[in-house]
Amino acid sequence: MAVLVVAAHDGKTVRANVANAVAAAAQMGPEVHVLVAGSNAGEAAQSAAAIQGVAKVLQAEDAAYANWLAEDIAPLVVKLAPNYSHVVMAADSVGKNIAPRVAAMLDVAQVSEAIQVVSPDTFVRPIYAGNAMATVQSADKIKIVTVRPTNFKAAVGGGSAAIEQIEGTGSAGLSSFAGAELSKSERPELTSAKIVVSGGRGLQSGENFKMLETLADKLGAGLGASRAAVDAGYVPNDYQVGQTGKVVAPDLYIAIGISGAIQHLAGMKDSKTIVAINKDEEAPIFQVADYGLVGDLFQLVPELTAAIEKK
Amino acid sequence: MKVLVAVKRVIDYNVKIRVKADNTGVETANVKMSMNPFDEIAVEEAIRMKEKGAATEVIAFSAGPAQCQETIRTALAMGADRGILVQSDAELQPLAVAKLLKAVVDKEQPGLVIVGKQAIDDDSNQTGQMLAALLGWSVGTFANKLNVADGTVEVKREVDGGLENIKIKMPAVITTDLRLNEPRYASLPNIMKAKKKPIETLAPDALGVDVAPRLKTLKVEEPPKRKSGIKVKTVAELVEKLRNEAGVI
Repeated sequence: MAVLVVAAHDGKTVRANVANAVAAAAQMGPEVHVLVAGSNAGEAAQSAAAIQGVAKVLQAEDAAYANWLAEDIAPLVVKLAPNYSHVVMAADSVGKNIAPRVAAMLDVAQVSEAIQVVSPDTFVRPIYAGNAMATVQSADKIKIVTVRPTNFKAAVGGGSAAIEQIEGTGSAGLSSFAGAELSKSERPELTSAKIVVSGGRGLQSGENFKMLETLADKLGAGLGASRAAVDAGYVPNDYQVGQTGKVVAPDLYIAIGISGAIQHLAGMKDSKTIVAINKDEEAPIFQVADYGLVGDLFQLVPELTAAIEKK
Repeated sequence: MKVLVAVKRVIDYNVKIRVKADNTGVETANVKMSMNPFDEIAVEEAIRMKEKGAATEVIAFSAGPAQCQETIRTALAMGADRGILVQSDAELQPLAVAKLLKAVVDKEQPGLVIVGKQAIDDDSNQTGQMLAALLGWSVGTFANKLNVADGTVEVKREVDGGLENIKIKMPAVITTDLRLNEPRYASLPNIMKAKKKPIETLAPDALGVDVAPRLKTLKVEEPPKRKSGIKVKTVAELVEKLRNEAGVI
């Protein structure tokens, strides 16, 4: 049986992590289909059809799907699910919102945030903020799985799957969208950036984050933060890297003024190279850092920014 | 309006967990246990609703072994009015907990159920969404701010790109995110008062719920360790290493 990937999108393209979800799905079954539900989702459906390994795209047009409300999308997925062995979503804020609703409607379990597909019914997933790895097996007929995008290499483009139009299921009439306050940024998106610069409480203010912005822009990096920096109001919530925020695995992660609580490490310790700059040489961040620099960040960060300029 | 909150007993967030030598799970014997931090936020939000007159009664629910009484007592000390414990020594997975919660909701008829967005032990992030599905209710996940008015809840949600606002019909399920509120500490007089508040104990069978796990845990292992790094003395040395050794800039 085929595997269904439910794709989040912005109306023009599916999210970058859909290609990672497709790669994960390809390990679960012989054929991968992608559901693109939306209002005017034609372009997004085309972007899904271009992902290598996708055999078919199902495009469901319905005004109710415009804002990805769980109450409206879940019934559509539930209707399609009996044709599939697995339903897969990226473990982002859309997948985490919708997949459990689908699972409960089908009376099946969900495997959350799989990082490895051992076999079609067996998955590895982190528990306790990644301090343990559980291998779990599902006996359910339909397996609902969210996958951690950073653990699956994205399927490449150049595909040309057929797009099939399917009927929408309408609105459940339970919820409505009332606007968004999205962070505007020209920088690379945090979870797919090759380099991430992250700041913590050591920055002492939101104003001081400008210093990290300058460094990030030199490096073409995404900008992240620890929970402490978000809670203190230095930066918006979507900057948060960690157990309950975003999980990143860039080539280079630069942690500045971050002590390194296990909850933060859970979100970045799969990064290829980790740099830590902190004035406290006992800070736990140094235990995971490849290169540690002990000192005053207010002196070291401008120095680093200048040194990178002088390539 | 009654508000039901769910509180889970988990290993305290400050404890460095240890994987059992036989790889069957994580060591929980002689380890400090606490209320799941996201559930503390749920309790706090419900109590604030009561203080503002939006809620009439706050009921704290837990499911698990007898010691979950302590977790419920913590919620009662914070200000919840009474507790319900579904006692079971079996492994309770999110779908089973959602079914137990649904059975209690059917009985108590709350206008809102508030739960933590995820428990910091299994990191599943499922129970609230599943409960809403089983009840056919709307759900406001990852709540950053709530406004209850005229049978609807305005929920500001923490999403990947920032914040999103939705309006959902009540009754509804809310799952809490970190910035919803800052939970209070229970005062000593309130801890004493909580000892007299009632906790009802039920069995899963009495609620007609089959709690058998759907996912079988085959093994639990330590994550791969990172090899230890080095300290560099200067920015120049760091840049040299990043360029020539790591090759990342």
